[in-house]
Parts: sequence; C-alpha cells; structure tokens
Amino acid sequence: MSTRPGTSPPTGDLHFVPDAAVFSPIYIDDELCIGCNLCVFVCQADLFLPNEVKGGAPSVLFPGECWYEGSCVDHCPVPGAITLNTQLYNRVHWEESRMPPE
Amino acid sequence: MIRGVRWPYPIEFDQVEHVDTDVLVLGGGAAGCMAGSGAAEAGARVVVLEKASTIASGASGSGSDHWESAATNPCSKVSPEELTDAMIRSHGGYNNGISHYIECREGWDRLLDIEAARGKIRDTDDDFVGAPFRDRATKLLFAYDYVNRFSLRIWGQTFKVAQLRNAKRNKVRFLDRVMATGLLTEGGRLGARVVGAVGLHGRTGKTVVVRAKAVVIATSRPTRVWLFDPAAPGISEFRPPQCTGDGHAMAWRVGAEFTMLEKAIRAEWSGTRSFVPYGAGNNHNTWYACTMVDAEGREIPWVDRDGRELTTVAERYRPSPGQRFFLKGGGEPDVPSYEFRGPETLSVDELLERGYKLPLYADLTRMPEQERRVIWGVMVGNEGKTKVPIMQAYTSAGFDPDKHRIQSYGDGWKSGGFLPQERQFFGIPGGLMNDWELMTNVEGLFAVGDSLFASNCYGHACATGHYGGRHAAAFAARRDHGEIHEPQLESVREMHYRPLGVERGHKWQEVNLALSRHMQHHCGDFKTDELLERGLAGLTELEERHGGTLVGRTPHDLIRIAEVRNIIMTARIILHSCLARKASSEWLHFSRLDYPEFDPPEWKKFVTVRLTEDGVAYGAKSLDYYGSLTDEYERHNLDYIESPKKASARR
Repeated sequence: MSTRPGTSPPTGDLHFVPDAAVFSPIYIDDELCIGCNLCVFVCQADLFLPNEVKGGAPSVLFPGECWYEGSCVDHCPVPGAITLNTQLYNRVHWEESRMPPE
Repeated sequence: MIRGVRWPYPIEFDQVEHVDTDVLVLGGGAAGCMAGSGAAEAGARVVVLEKASTIASGASGSGSDHWESAATNPCSKVSPEELTDAMIRSHGGYNNGISHYIECREGWDRLLDIEAARGKIRDTDDDFVGAPFRDRATKLLFAYDYVNRFSLRIWGQTFKVAQLRNAKRNKVRFLDRVMATGLLTEGGRLGARVVGAVGLHGRTGKTVVVRAKAVVIATSRPTRVWLFDPAAPGISEFRPPQCTGDGHAMAWRVGAEFTMLEKAIRAEWSGTRSFVPYGAGNNHNTWYACTMVDAEGREIPWVDRDGRELTTVAERYRPSPGQRFFLKGGGEPDVPSYEFRGPETLSVDELLERGYKLPLYADLTRMPEQERRVIWGVMVGNEGKTKVPIMQAYTSAGFDPDKHRIQSYGDGWKSGGFLPQERQFFGIPGGLMNDWELMTNVEGLFAVGDSLFASNCYGHACATGHYGGRHAAAFAARRDHGEIHEPQLESVREMHYRPLGVERGHKWQEVNLALSRHMQHHCGDFKTDELLERGLAGLTELEERHGGTLVGRTPHDLIRIAEVRNIIMTARIILHSCLARKASSEWLHFSRLDYPEFDPPEWKKFVTVRLTEDGVAYGAKSLDYYGSLTDEYERHNLDYIESPKKASARR
C-alpha cells in the first residue's frame, strides 16, 4: 500500500481504559474456568479479552454490548464456569398455577 | 493515572491483507453461510467476511425455534404459489414476491442440506410419537397450522454449526472478526460494476481487501436507528447489536437501489423497553398457542377469525371453518387479513370489559402434555435467545412448566410499552431492491436474507442465501476480475482509522444516542416534508460535526464507530425513502401530516431511492414487477431444477 492513513498509529503495547459498566451480564468462575477461550471465540460482540496467562480465565471488557443470547454459556465445556445474569428489571414472576374460584 | 488494560492482540493498523476470490459474501449469518455453500456448490471460489464468529453469529446463530413456509416439504398441503400469494396479498402487495417464492419453493431443500450436515430437523428420538403436530412417516414436527403443515418446528440450536460444517465441506473460506466496511467499484465510480470490498479486523485493526467478481450482501437489516440504550446497547433492539445496516450503507454509497424503507412500525421489542423476547408470559410465535389465564386462574378465550370461541386446544391449531389455511409466526402481518387470520386470544380491552383481572399469565400446566413439552422443550429450548437466558435460567431458578404459570406484562405478548415515535424495523421492513437473480441494480452486487426488502425468518434467509450465492457464482463465471481503484480503497481506509487521531471527541455510544433521539423527532410517527428535510440536514451536522469527532483507540472501538457511521447512513436512506412517498399508507405504517390520504391508488407502488452523480434519485416500480412467479422462477433456475439433488424444486 503506497499511502498510510492520515494518523500516526500507536506502536508497541496499547493500553486503554475500559468503559464503566452498568450491568454485569456475565460471571466467570475463576476456579472452574479452564481458560480454553471458547467463549472468547464464539462471542458475537467480542466482549471478552483472553487472559494473557495460559489457562487463566478471560475478562469481560465490553459488558454493555452483550446481547444476552448465551452462546458463551452454550459452548463452555465446563458446566457452571460461566453464567449469564439477566438484568434485574428483566426478571419475570412466576407462581403456582391455580384454578378459578367456583 | 490509570494505566488501563493491555490489548492482547497485535496491533496492525498499518497492515493490508489482499485476498482474491470469485464470490465474496459479506456477513456469515444464516443467509451468508448458505450463500457461501450455494456459490461453492456452483463451482466458485468463495470468501465470507464475518464481523463476529461464524459458528454462532447472526440473528439465528444461537438458535431458532421454527422454519416458516417450507411449502415443498413432503407433508405440506399448500403449494409455493398459494403460500407466496397469501404473503403478498396479506401485506397489501408490499412484499417481496421473488424472495418469498424462493423461500416457499426451496426452503425444504435447505432443510435437507442442514440435515445432511447433522442439523436436527425431525423427531428422530421419537419424543413426540402420536402428537397431533407430528407426521409418523417423516417424523417432522409442525407449528401453527397443523392441518396444512408448511411451517416446521426445528432444533435450531444445531443449525448454525451444521451450516458452517456444510460450507467448510464445500471449501468456503471464512474470515472471522472482519467487518466489511466498503464496496469497491470499477474506476471507483458510482453505480459501476462491483469489483470487491474492504474489511476491517476487529482485533488487530488491519485492513482486508478482497478482489471478487461478484459480491453478495448478507448483513441483515439495521437496528439502533430509533432505539438506543447507552447502558445496554447490546439489547437496544430485538436483533443482535451487530446488525447495523453495514450492507445498506455500503450499497448506498455505490448507488444501489432501496425500497420500502419508509416502513417502520411502532417498536415492539427491545431488551431495555420490553422483557426479553418470549421470556414473559405470552402465547405467540415461540409460545403459540399457550393457554393464558387471568389473575384468578380463569382461562382467556381463544376465538377464530369469525369471533367464534374455541372450546378445545386442538382448534387453536386449525383453520376456521371454510378457511384454506392461516398465517402465523415471525412473518405474519401486523394486521392479519380476514382471509389468512389465525386463532387469537381476545384483546386486553375486551378482556377487561368482560371482567377478567390483570395480571395475565401464560399457563403451560393447562396445555396437553405433548404441547407443553414441545413449547417449553423444543421451541423455548431452541429459539435464539431463549435456551440459555430463559429455559436454563428459569429452570435453575426453580420454574417448572408442570406446576407454574408465568406473568405477562403490559399488552399481551409484547410485554413492553413504546412511545409512538419509537420506531423499529420488525416483521417485513424495507431493504435492497432485487431482480430474479437476487442481483441489485449495481452489476455484480447481490443481496440475500434480511438485507433484501420485505424479508424475514430463518427459512427465508437460508433459501435466498443459497439462491443468491449460486446466481452470484454464475455471474462470476462469465466475468474477469476488475481492477481495484486505489483512491476508493484509500478513502475507506481513511474512514477506518480517522478516530485514532481524534484527541477529544465523542464515544460511539453518545453519537448513536444522539442519532436515535434525532430520528424520533424527525422521523417518528408523523412525517412532513419540512420535518424530514430538517432531519436530513441534522444528519449532515451529526456526521460532519460530531461523526468527525468520534474517538476510538482499539480495533474494537473502530468497529463500533464504523457501525454507528453506517446507522447514520441508514437513517439518511430512510429519510429519503420517506420524502419520496407523498402519501400515507396503512400497509406501510406510514403517516404523512402533509399527505393525509391513506393508500391512494396512484401511490400503490414500490417507491425506490438511490444515490446518483446528480444527487438522490427517486423512482418507482409496480407492486407486481416480478411477473409470474412460477414462470420467472423456472426460467431463471433451469440448472437447479434439473439437478438430481434438488428433487423438491423439480416437483
């Protein structure tokens, strides 16, 4: 390519400050997680970052972008290692079914 | 000072990867994956650019509960012609006859492809032997109209993986985490033949340039145009947040023609303004035809199209006396016509008048055992956003479909309340205009799935995907590669990296929020020429003053920013589409204060918009521009019909 974009790309390590999050859609259990990074691989929104330590749990860097469809949970090989947390306001009520009064 | 997080991937903002192929597919969802397979089966070399990860990407990447309009499945009692005609007429003619005919005629072929790649399309485990919705010989399970049997219940959780397997078997090459950002045309000219596309890698930030003889757009429909929640942008809408009209924006920039984008309905779904789709008590779509009860446990009456109260559950799955068949599911019209209207529960207003008490509940315990298991187990267990967040989460929290009823909120099934100016593309919205090869007006540029106008559903995505893919392959076989015009490529690259150089600016979330507010004000429930013109001017300000100050640091930011730019571009197309139609239309949910007459005969046509050297051109096409469905289809698909593999299309 003959020309470069009209900016100076950073060189070396890139550090950035993640956004503050309102919701925590995903909880990873560090004890159970085997660091396979399948969740990182499948996520539509690419909201995880892999752990730089081999076998370490990924981190959730862009939680606001979660679509809450649960592919990360579905593909995780270790039951319970990753949990999807529905926002409080989206939790619905259920109760024992009952028949109408006579 | 906060040092922050170290970006774990190599940074390659200065790198360009060059790729050559015959057919390039933009987007690897249900439609794009199938387009890849269709093109490869026809002998083309194929590359797919996928912004996410193909194994689970797209609106149906995490599953689907039903497949509509498989009119050539061996149990269907409705022909593709009858069903397409019903879909067209029940939308007042404002529907895509070509794409829905393809859906009806070839959907079953695609189900067989998916099954051959180990997707589960029938009850092979014999879980529902003897059920009224099961065919004994084929073990297929039907949804909605059990008499006519053209929509199927499927194990959609197995489908995307199967589609990917099928495509890879056909040697389709997938480039994951690469967002398509711009189309390249011959000489860089507007409206000229497409010669490739540019992409941006969401982890490394490198540019990917693909030279191709034909390009297929499979990037779904835009979201986040009117609805945006900065706290939870991912669930601002029903569709995945990655559906940002990328293909719409790219195609517009090269002169492609759009239609029906003036149609946006009052919003029905959003994870922040309504409950999780199909997560609250309801009796539609995934949950059809669950029994609903009031607070005291009294059953809510179901009625047929004539208002006759139904006395059995079985009747909810049958046409009314004298009715040929009924339409239900994602593609059903918002106001069902009498001819194809299916059973419904009484409206909330009617219920209150009759003394029923809120809140209402969906009560699976009152359903026959097999119906209960197929709704909660197969449907909720396989729909895209219900397996993990609904079925698994509720089960682990103690919900038992044999014991419990689930509360319904607000007005029936939608469980949300939206303002009139909160609009959404839901159901059958507009999109790219297509011919019988699913090519746009731009030579070599094809469109499939939900990027087409008036499109919806998994079966439609797969059927049009394969069809568009193989026609793109046929086109590519007749052409040589074109030359990439370097200045055009450089202008796309400049857009990619501009945010890196911005010191003080706006995050993408803030600009998206500003855009959605702007569209609610200028393109809400009521429209006038002045409002719409002001809307366009405001977009220019947003793009030039604030779009130019979008700030980003990581490759991930650059993707999100490119998406917001695309949403703004989509808003521009929408405003032009609204300006072009000088009449109100009930069919299009389109209300003009300055042209208050609804659906006058002279405006019963597709209005089109496209960008030209002389500005935006408005045009029109008749509602039946596609001609005779059967004749035109067969004329354009002789090879396919005669291929021994595709028995059902041959008939």
